[in-house]
Amino acid sequence: MAEVLVLVDHVEGEIKKVSYELLTAARALGEPAAVVVGPAGTAGKLSDGLKAHGAAKIYVAETDSTDFLSPEVSVLESLIGSVNPAAVLIGVSADGKEIAGRVAVRTNSALLGDVVGVSGGDAVGVTHSVFGGAYIAEAKANTEHPVITVRPGSVEIEPVDGAGVEESVQVGAASGRSAAVTSREPITGGDRPELTEASVVVSGGRGVGSADDFALVEGLADSLGAAVGASRAAVDSGYYPHQFQVGQTGKTVSPQLYIALGISGAIQHRAGMQTSKTIIAVNKDAEAPIFEIADFGVVGDLFKVAPQLKDEIAKRKS
Amino acid sequence: MNIVVLVKQVPDTYSERKLSDSDHTLDRDATDAVLDEINERAVEAALQLKEANGGEVTVVTIGPDRATDAIRKALSMGADKAVHLSDEAIHGSCAVQTAKALAKVISTAVGAPGEGFDLVLAGNEASDGRAGAVPAMVADVLGLPALTHAREITVSGSSVSVKRETDDGVTHLTAELPAVVSVGEKINEPRYPSFKGIMAAKKKPVTTLSLADAGIDASEVGIANALTSVTSSQPKPPKSAGEKIEDEGDAGAKIAAFLVSQKLI
Ligand SMILES: Cc1cc2nc3c(=O)[nH]c(=O)nc-3n(C[C@H](O)[C@H](O)[C@H](O)COP(=O)(O)OP(=O)(O)OC[C@H]3O[C@@H](n4cnc5c(N)ncnc54)[C@H](O)[C@@H]3O)c2cc1C
Ligand SMILES: Nc1ncnc2c1ncn2[C@@H]1O[C@H](COP(=O)(O)O)[C@@H](O)[C@H]1O
Repeated sequence: MAEVLVLVDHVEGEIKKVSYELLTAARALGEPAAVVVGPAGTAGKLSDGLKAHGAAKIYVAETDSTDFLSPEVSVLESLIGSVNPAAVLIGVSADGKEIAGRVAVRTNSALLGDVVGVSGGDAVGVTHSVFGGAYIAEAKANTEHPVITVRPGSVEIEPVDGAGVEESVQVGAASGRSAAVTSREPITGGDRPELTEASVVVSGGRGVGSADDFALVEGLADSLGAAVGASRAAVDSGYYPHQFQVGQTGKTVSPQLYIALGISGAIQHRAGMQTSKTIIAVNKDAEAPIFEIADFGVVGDLFKVAPQLKDEIAKRKS
Repeated sequence: MNIVVLVKQVPDTYSERKLSDSDHTLDRDATDAVLDEINERAVEAALQLKEANGGEVTVVTIGPDRATDAIRKALSMGADKAVHLSDEAIHGSCAVQTAKALAKVISTAVGAPGEGFDLVLAGNEASDGRAGAVPAMVADVLGLPALTHAREITVSGSSVSVKRETDDGVTHLTAELPAVVSVGEKINEPRYPSFKGIMAAKKKPVTTLSLADAGIDASEVGIANALTSVTSSQPKPPKSAGEKIEDEGDAGAKIAAFLVSQKLI
C-alpha cells in the first residue's frame, strides 16, 4: 500500500490536534507516514502520540536551520521523490498553506487547498466547502502525489495503533534563497480550546462595546467550555485580539454550537460560521441579518441576556 | 527600487458569489468585480516604498479583459505602469499553473530578479479562493525568498525585513533583495485615488500580453491542463431561521432550555 505523508504540526513539543485528524484522513488513501520537521529532540516528544493515531512510519528530519519553512519544503520534496506517496496531507494554517503551495509547484503536483474531506479511488478526490459554506464542490487530482491542505475540525479522529517505525531524513540544502527567521513571538493559547478545534464558540461583536465588556463573552464561554471568537468590527475596535476573528478574513469555524452576541451577521462574518450546527444570536436589532441563520434568536440586550444564560447554565451543571 | 505588485480582480464579497453550472469555475458574470481589498494595501505599500526610495511601481495581473478595471484602480492610486496577461486559454487555470505563469510574465515583461525589479509585493490571500499560496509559489519558481503576511515592511540597503503576523503569532523575517513580500490586511490604509490620479491613470502604459507574448505554451495553462479538476458543485441550501423571541426578562433561561432540548448542555 502506498504511503500517505502527513506533515506533523507541532508547537513546543506538543502535537496540534489537526495532525491526528490528518492521520485518520490519510487511511482513506493509504498507509499514514508522519513527517516531523523540527529541532533535535522533537520526534522523541511526539512519537507516542503519532503511534497511537496510526502512524506506520515516522520520518524524522531534525535541523536547527533558521531558514523560513524551507526545511519542511525540501524534506517533503525529497520524500515525494523517494517514496512516491499517494498524497501529502498538511493542516490548513498560514504556514501549512505556504508549505503546500511551494511543494506542489516544485514537484508539479496537484494542489488541493482547504478541503473538508478526502477520498481514494482511481484519482484522489476531495470535498471543498466554498464561499463560506454556500457551495459544496468535489474536486480531484490529475497528477500523482497531490498536496492537500485539510481544514482543522473537518475529520473525526479515530485512534488506532501504528508501528511508528522511525527513519531519519536529511534536510537538503535549500534550492533558491530563503528568508531567515530572526525571532518568534508565538501566541500562547491560554486555557480555552482553540477556536478552530472547539465544539462550542461564543463570539462577540461591536455590540459588546468595549474590551472590558468582553469579559462577559469570556465568562459565558467558560461556563460552556467554549472558545471565544469576535467579529472584525470588534477586532478593529480593539476589543479583542486579531487571532480570534471569525469570518472571511478570519477563521472558519464549524462547531456544534455558535453563540453570537451583538453581531449583526454581515455576509463576511457569516462566511466563517454559517456551517455551525446550531446558531444562537442575541441582538437588540430585530432586523439584524444574523437572525436569518439563527436556530434560536433573541431580540434583546446582550448585557441582560448573557449573564442570565450563564447563571442558568451554572445551575444546570451543579 | 523597482517594485512589481501582483493584483487580482475578485468578485465583490458584498454580492452573492456563484459557481458556474457548466464548468464549476467562478461565475464572473454573475457578480460585480473589484480590485481585491488586500491588493489595494499591497499597492499602497509599494507606493510608500517608492516615495521613500524612488523607483517604479509596475502592476501585474493575470485575468480576463475586464481585469483592466482593477489595473486602472491601481494606476489611479499612483502605480506607474501595468502588465496584463489576458488570454481566453487561461480560464480555469489551477494555482500551480497561475504561479508559474505569473513568474513567466514577470520575467518576460518586467525583467529578471535584481535587474527588472527588486521586490514583488502581493496580497497574502485573495478573497475569492482562499488559496493564499500564490505569492510563496511565485517566489519558489523565481528562486526568491518569500516573506509573507507582512504587518510591517522595512527596507534598508539591500535587505528587507518584515514583521509577519498570523494566527499563530509574530515572526520576524529578513532576506536580501530581490524578494517577494505578501502583505496582510492590517499593514496600512490604502489611499483613495485623487481626481488627478484618475485622470493621469488614463495615460499610463498598460501592456497587454497574450500567452505567446509571455512565452507560455497553451498546454501550461487552462482548465483542460489544470493539475486539479472540479468534478461537481452544488449550492448548499442556506440555513433557515428558526425560532425568534423578544426578550421579556427571561430570554437567558429560554436559551438554556433550548440548549437542553437540543442536548447541547
Ligand atoms: C473584504 C472584507 C472582509 C471582511 N472580513 C470579515 C471577517 O472575517 N469577519 C467579520 O466579522 N467581518 C468581516 N468583514 C466586516 C463585515 O462586513 C462587518 O463590518 C462586520 O462583520 C460587522 O461586525 P459586527 O457585527 O460586530 O458590527 P455591526 O455590524 O456594527 O453590528 C453590531 C450589532 O450589535 C448589535 N448591538 C449593539 N448593542 C447591543 C446590545 N447591547 N445587545 C445586543 N445587541 C447589540 C447591533 O444591533 C448590531 O446589529 C469584512 C469586510 C470586508 C469588506
Ligand atoms: N491571477 C493573478 N494575477 C495577479 N496576481 C495574483 C493572481 N492570483 C493571485 N495573485 C496574487 O496572489 C495573492 C494571493 O492570492 P491567492 O493565493 O489566490 O489567495 C493576491 O493577493 C495577488 O497579489
